[in-house]
Amino acid sequence: MEVRIEPCYPEIDAHESRVIEDLKSSSTQPIAEPSGWLDEEINRNILVTTVDKLLNWGRKTSLWTETSFTACCTFEFISTSSSRFDIARFGMEVLRSSPRHSDLIVTAGTLTWKMAPQIKRVYDQMAEPKWVIAMGACGISGGIFADSYSVVPGYNRILPVDVYIPGCPPRPEALLAGIEKLRKKIEQSSISNKS
Amino acid sequence: MTIKLSREIINHSLHEHVSSTDYSFESEAVVTDSASLVKICEVLKSAPGIELDYLSSVTAVDYPDYFEVVYLFYSIKHNHSLTLKVRCPDKQQPDIPSITPLYNGANYQEREIYDLFGISFVSHPKLRRIFLWEGYPGHPLRKDYGIGS
Repeated sequence: MEVRIEPCYPEIDAHESRVIEDLKSSSTQPIAEPSGWLDEEINRNILVTTVDKLLNWGRKTSLWTETSFTACCTFEFISTSSSRFDIARFGMEVLRSSPRHSDLIVTAGTLTWKMAPQIKRVYDQMAEPKWVIAMGACGISGGIFADSYSVVPGYNRILPVDVYIPGCPPRPEALLAGIEKLRKKIEQSSISNKS
Repeated sequence: MTIKLSREIINHSLHEHVSSTDYSFESEAVVTDSASLVKICEVLKSAPGIELDYLSSVTAVDYPDYFEVVYLFYSIKHNHSLTLKVRCPDKQQPDIPSITPLYNGANYQEREIYDLFGISFVSHPKLRRIFLWEGYPGHPLRKDYGIGS
């Protein structure tokens, strides 16, 4: 006996048939690769800046210091550079004994005229760009020895000083504040005009 | 502690070599003049029982009438000490014999005194300024040197 299956919902089947035929006829070609997502990745990962900002960022975050330890301010500097005050936070933990490696000279102490030519020579050997922090009363003006026959009344007689830090000696916090000032100064400099 | 040498021991050692008018005692120091200085040092360095083999320091004082150079000797062997003072009355051109040939440690300290007081040490091997530079005007530790000049 032949069994004949009657369609139960002829409208639904006809609708399905139309949908499939439409989709098939509109999908003869593969969809093109969307390229927009690439732009989005680039926007997320590439920063746009100026040459000045990039250079200044590099310079201010790795100030390597030339050791110029002529007198007692030295010990405040040593304290600042070791674990308690930790100038490694500013990328400055590398103290150089060679002026060829240095960006910054911190004048920690009294300078005599007998020593002055050597300090000037060390400064002249440092590569540009370079900065000078005059630390303590003697570094600023000769301090209590300003009238002496043998003391240079301030490093600014022989070097161009960028930041002056008063104190006798300045505490490490003061030295850190001075370093912060110098970093701000470096931020504002431009390759077309150092200061 | 180091013991100061007594006058009797010093007299006993010196009387054969140096006339007793050439030196005197003031407080605990022996005072002499520049003519007898080297001879006294030679005796005190070699005399048995004294043997001052170590010169600790040399310094100088500017008095109104004379310059005085002060030597501080020790004997490491016998653990005693002696202060020797030499007076130089010529304030215009003070000169004193150098004891660097006897005590090599006097070398730089005599240069320092020459630099800052202007006292010449005769027969010093290399009498040049040590703190200040050649051509510096005057001698800063003299009392007549102007302050702040």
